[in-house]
Amino acid sequence: MSSELQAKLRYHPVSIILHWVLGIALVCLFCFGLYMADLPFSPARLKLFNWHKWAGISILGLSVLRLLWRATHPAPPLPTQIEQAMPQWQLKIHHATHIALYALFLIVPLVGWAYTSAAGFPVVLFGQFPLPDLLSPDKALAALIKPWHKFSAFALALLVLLHIAAALKHQLIDRDGLLKRMSLRG
Amino acid sequence: MKLTASIALLTVSAAALSFSGSALAQQKLIPAQSSIGFVTKQMGVPLEGYFKKFDGQISFDTAKPDAAKISFSIDTGSATLGAPESDAELPKAAWFNVAKFPQASFQSSGVKSLGGGKYQISGKLSIKGNSKDVEIPVALTQANGVTSASGQFAIKRLVFKIGEGEWADTSMVADDVQVKFKLAVSGMGKL
Repeated sequence: MSSELQAKLRYHPVSIILHWVLGIALVCLFCFGLYMADLPFSPARLKLFNWHKWAGISILGLSVLRLLWRATHPAPPLPTQIEQAMPQWQLKIHHATHIALYALFLIVPLVGWAYTSAAGFPVVLFGQFPLPDLLSPDKALAALIKPWHKFSAFALALLVLLHIAAALKHQLIDRDGLLKRMSLRG
Repeated sequence: MKLTASIALLTVSAAALSFSGSALAQQKLIPAQSSIGFVTKQMGVPLEGYFKKFDGQISFDTAKPDAAKISFSIDTGSATLGAPESDAELPKAAWFNVAKFPQASFQSSGVKSLGGGKYQISGKLSIKGNSKDVEIPVALTQANGVTSASGQFAIKRLVFKIGEGEWADTSMVADDVQVKFKLAVSGMGKL
């Protein structure tokens, strides 16, 4: 029933690649962050923190490109049958989740960048390119910002879980083939 | 009578002591207006630190710079990078080993005038039991009776074994360290 629908309603290939690359990168970097946060002071800890910052800035840059791409290449509308089958609250949450995800793609790394600037450790991308400080060094401000990188990252992680749960519901419970719009295999 | 004589003697000897003291070091470092800092890089990120406690003896006649004697002692335990987690590491054996080497020192061996208030000071820098000859350029300026001496010079941290073991990796923490100082000194003659 739904196979014809999907053919017309797939995401753009660039959108699909950005979705999977950034989705996997975000999950990896979140776990990476959880792991490194409790490491004792050591060269390894400093190394991982720098890698985390480089990866976070790279994800931020790609997320900006993704947002621009999305703005110029709108997502395909939900297939009519699926949209009609969804109650109003689900449609609202569907849209709100996507807006919040995009917002957090930008907020989480920006807060991290602001924190490390305020803490007096500017980001030098790949050890080569010094990035401007978002805030001037201020220990008190740094302490105030620090928990918000974690909170916003956890909020993003929860939304990612919700996003995956909803996708699995479509795939395994509704069996409506909605996921094929985002499939790498075409 | 005897008592008066001994008091007089005491007064004279005290005066002599204070006189000889001022003759040895006519200049005085003003620690509150002075700073000794250092900059290195950690994976490309500039790391700035400074020493909170140091003292210096300066005998410097601008008319006779060759005869100048300058010595400094720096409390290695007073080094800070401004972050509690790194400051907890600096006193450890791998870094400054404060328990064994509580002080770093500098002792001048010669001062050369370069003109225009600029001088080149040669001397021995000792940190963590390792000594090395260094050449330090200094620029002097004067205002309100206070002479300001500022300059910077480069050292290699590994020469002094600052950062041993896993910290010796210069891809993590650069070997090059810039030492920057600004010293306020009172009692120096006109430039």
